Amino acid sequence: MSFPKTRKEMPLTPLSLPTVGSMGKTGSWRTFKPVVNYSTCTKCTLCWIYCPDGAITRREDDSPEIDYEYCKGCGICANECPVKAITMEREEE
Amino acid sequence: MVSIKELPREEYLLKGHAACAGCGPSIALRLLFKALGNKVFLVVPACCTTVIQGPYPYTSFAVPLQNMLFEATGATASGIAAALRIRGLEDITVVGWAGDGGTVDIGIQALSGAAERETNFIYICYDNEAYGNTGLQRSGATPYGAWTTTTPTGKKERKKNMPFIMAAHKIPYVATACPSYPTDFVNKLRKAKEIKGTKYIHVLAPCPTGWRYDSSKTVEIGRLAVQTGIWALYEIENGKFRLNFPSDRLVDKAKRKPIKEYLSMQERFRHLTEAEIEKIQMWIDEDWEYYRKLASSEACV
Repeated sequence: MSFPKTRKEMPLTPLSLPTVGSMGKTGSWRTFKPVVNYSTCTKCTLCWIYCPDGAITRREDDSPEIDYEYCKGCGICANECPVKAITMEREEE
Repeated sequence: MVSIKELPREEYLLKGHAACAGCGPSIALRLLFKALGNKVFLVVPACCTTVIQGPYPYTSFAVPLQNMLFEATGATASGIAAALRIRGLEDITVVGWAGDGGTVDIGIQALSGAAERETNFIYICYDNEAYGNTGLQRSGATPYGAWTTTTPTGKKERKKNMPFIMAAHKIPYVATACPSYPTDFVNKLRKAKEIKGTKYIHVLAPCPTGWRYDSSKTVEIGRLAVQTGIWALYEIENGKFRLNFPSDRLVDKAKRKPIKEYLSMQERFRHLTEAEIEKIQMWIDEDWEYYRKLASSEACV
């Protein structure tokens, strides 16, 4: 029995391709935006693990970096931060 | 025990997906990929996750994924596991990822069949206690008293105890988890990956849209569910029942928070009377008496 080696040999199949932003720039859904105070951040990485959108990247030194293009502004990071280093601020415009 | 900082930085659930803000199941999905990496093959029936993927021809999943009919998760996973075995690709973990409707109501027949055939796969039910993506209808996993669009005065029946139904299939591993306790969930997934046979993990995934609470409280509500005892974290390994941290500290009733704290945070329970809350508390205490007996005895589930 032989198996297809490449996608061209596959029968015609509807296939979705992995894309960052498959639903567009979801940052536009946001009304409040999380702002990190890096001087009080303890680099515990809790905000990173609890972010449902993966919009928080963990830097080399474990401090968080928020991607505002995709952050939906749910506020979980601000609610879970043990030292309250993340605050939610109202979006202008 | 794995610590949060040991988890990999790679993301296989790409940002910009279509889940609601504060989605509990998305946290569980991210943890799934943190635990198993990208050597997985997902089978997803109709559920919120089909929405999270985004519209064709794009998807937010950077792993192979097969969409399937509502009732066929177990059957499809059986087929894929067999195909991978024939091709010698047995380092790939087949994961059935279904919502509570697709597990406890519609998909139970296919899942039961797959468990009986001892298909080598992990079945994960992420439980948001209603049919979320079709507009919140009642499911078999909706708890007593909860408002949904088809139970406008609150559900009158109790939640189906799915982990114990699966344990009755004599499968090697059954566990419950909650994304509010990420290391516990990751440990259980990694443990399940090493076991051969059907593994079942039931994840309580709070849903801000359906449970009617502020989106920032998702993790807090999941934690409260465990602390009040309405959701217990346990595993059943070859029939042996064991409570996991922090549920193992909550066997004594005095250590559990009153259930009112959990119910009052969610608008779906706001019509409940004191008598009904009392009844729910009584049921929880009964359940814990059962857990205590199971955990302290040699008997198998």
